[in-house]
Amino acid sequence: MYLTYLRRELSGRTKQTAIVAAGLAIAIALVIIVNALTAGVRDAQTQALESVYGVGTDLTVAGAQQEPGEDGGSRFDFGEDGGATAEDGTTTLAQSQLRTDRGRTTLDAATVGTISALDGVSSATGALSLTNSTFSGELPEMPADGGTNAAGEAGSAPADDAPQGGGGFGGGSFDVDSFTVLGIDPAVQTVGPLSSVSVTDGRALDADDAGQNVAVLDATYATSNDLAVGGTVDVGGTAMEIVGLVSSSSSSTDTASNVYIPLDVAQSLAGVGDVVSTVYVQATTADGIAAVQSEIESAVPDATVSSQSDLASTVSGSLSSATSLITNLGTWLSILVLAVAVVLAVLFTMSGVSRRTREFGTLKAIGWSNGRVIRQVAGESMVQGLIGGAIGLAIGLGGILAINIIAPTISAAPAATEAGAGGGPGGGRFASTVQTATDITLSAPLTPWVLVAAVGLAVSAGLVAGAFGGWRAARLSPAEALRSVA
Amino acid sequence: MTITRPHIDPTDSAAQPIYRLAGVAKTYQQKKRVVKPLTGVDLEIRGGDFVTIQGPTGGGKSTLLQLLGALDRPTSGRMTLGDTDLAGASNTALGAVRAREIGFVFQGFNLIPTLTASENVDMGLEPLGLDAAERRVRVADALAHVGLADRADHRPGELSGGQQQRVAIARAIAKRPRVLLADEPTGNLDESMRDEILDLLQALNDDGLTLIVVTHDSAVARRASRRLRLEKGTIRDITR
Ligand SMILES: Nc1ncnc2c1ncn2[C@@H]1O[C@H](COP(=O)(O)OP(=O)(O)OP(=O)(O)O)[C@@H](O)[C@H]1O
Ligand SMILES: [Mg+2]
Repeated sequence: MYLTYLRRELSGRTKQTAIVAAGLAIAIALVIIVNALTAGVRDAQTQALESVYGVGTDLTVAGAQQEPGEDGGSRFDFGEDGGATAEDGTTTLAQSQLRTDRGRTTLDAATVGTISALDGVSSATGALSLTNSTFSGELPEMPADGGTNAAGEAGSAPADDAPQGGGGFGGGSFDVDSFTVLGIDPAVQTVGPLSSVSVTDGRALDADDAGQNVAVLDATYATSNDLAVGGTVDVGGTAMEIVGLVSSSSSSTDTASNVYIPLDVAQSLAGVGDVVSTVYVQATTADGIAAVQSEIESAVPDATVSSQSDLASTVSGSLSSATSLITNLGTWLSILVLAVAVVLAVLFTMSGVSRRTREFGTLKAIGWSNGRVIRQVAGESMVQGLIGGAIGLAIGLGGILAINIIAPTISAAPAATEAGAGGGPGGGRFASTVQTATDITLSAPLTPWVLVAAVGLAVSAGLVAGAFGGWRAARLSPAEALRSVA
Repeated sequence: MTITRPHIDPTDSAAQPIYRLAGVAKTYQQKKRVVKPLTGVDLEIRGGDFVTIQGPTGGGKSTLLQLLGALDRPTSGRMTLGDTDLAGASNTALGAVRAREIGFVFQGFNLIPTLTASENVDMGLEPLGLDAAERRVRVADALAHVGLADRADHRPGELSGGQQQRVAIARAIAKRPRVLLADEPTGNLDESMRDEILDLLQALNDDGLTLIVVTHDSAVARRASRRLRLEKGTIRDITR
């Protein structure tokens, strides 16, 4: 009977039911969509960072920022033996050069040990990030007759898919090809840039690879350069055997580097000694991150220590504007709409009770207890809340589905990569062709928690309205039943 | 203005009195104005009586019926229904009395417009905690009693005024109350419908149900076994 009365009242007062339910539905849908989008941009941010720093990395430690030009830079420097001269007088030049990133100083490898020993540090690993630049080109013999010969040679650049293309030079042609190389500790798998990747072919580096001339390549880079497992890649003039390909497991984004080689090999090829450019640190507990950060800062004073949230704030591009739009405007908008919907529900329920003064008075006069009347009112508004919640859920899920079908892409440019890839003095910015802005597909992931919360919100909004209405109904006197007919 | 006579002889009748009122007064405080619709009502009503209460508008008839119906408590005086002290009972106790012992019929029918006739009747059984089968039987019986067995699924809007009032009477009698109270039950009805309701009330009284009916209508009063007049806050018996 309870349900019959409830159902009849709600269907008999469709207008009120519809308005209250619609208000709540809009609010709930907004909450769901905003929530999913918030999770989506957070995922995108994590993804953007993971591709660079790996999963499980709570803190990164890098060398201090360096003024451009401080290290004088190194340029291609072709000596007498820099090329081979063909019989027609054309000199073919090819030189591979491996160097550390210009923007920052390196850290002594002992820093890794220092950091590992700190309290609250679960693991730490160092990596050396390098850029390999290969200059290749042909230089014709200096023509005595003003270069007519050179005209015939122009444009016959080697069919290399170098990113920057070749430029004619007095009839010669050049190619500057560069890729990033990351020297990693092959024994550490849990933290660092390779902790977030999946091996698509071959194998990952392991502890036995220390000192070996082996490399793992980013799958995208390998594909675009026609490289495969079993082949070799030239790093700093040394052929490295390709043992595996990796790709970012979470997304369409590229991995942190084009080529991964054992750290000790990288150090000796680059001739930099026992140094690393970044230390990846995992804290024992999430709560301990801040403490570990300050510990490291005092233990390694010249280094720059960044937490995930520091890193997140360095992510630029439309991702960061989307994040602030959704987390600020979206949250406030959904709170506002929810508040309006609840107030609306309360007012409608209260005025509904007022309109039904005689009805509730009569029910009390024929013996209904206050509790029973309150349950009726609260039940009605709770069902209104549930209807609103169900419609809101449907709209919200539809919205999420639409977002996931449209799958808008947003660009994310982790600032740290740019700093690492920037050109040095005298050099162009050719190195930044790898790893700059990544397009990340924005998804709106649906968590069961959101569904539960949405239904909970709807029911509690109904309960709040029911509480107000019930309170008013409880105060009605049964004598209202006898008031003359309006 | 009225002398309270708390002395009432309880042994002057064969039937046991169900209501006993002595010196019952009711005062309403409305902002600065004080209204005293009842100043000293002494009254006994025996089981099986058909009592009408007449009197001028604003004379306090509805107020008295509210007290008899356990909707409200008197400001002063003693008042019992059976063994229950209505003057001192808690709200919960008054609610229980209303649920079990009193059937109420209103001038405006007071049916719930969204519910059918049988659902409306069922509303009166809601506080009794009966099982569903018993409720169904009682609802059907009550509707049959008022001659509306074939209208069980009609909503109030689909029934005539007289039929609506019969549904209201069915709702009041389904709980098998000790007394049926009615405030101007024919006030909203035309003559033929009025007689229809009066016949029904008469039949219920013949079956032994105690009736207390407030009315302006002398046609109603003619059917009564006992006629009371409420004037200037006190009750006067005008039965000849
Ligand atoms: N809840 C209340 N608060 C204040 N005054 C009230 C209240 N109920 C009734 N009164 C006043 O008490 C007096 C008696 O009212 P009551 O309704 O009992 O009269 P009545 O005899 O039923 O009149 P009618 O024949 O018009 O129905 C009136 O003056 C009325 O205004
Ligand atoms: Mg009245």
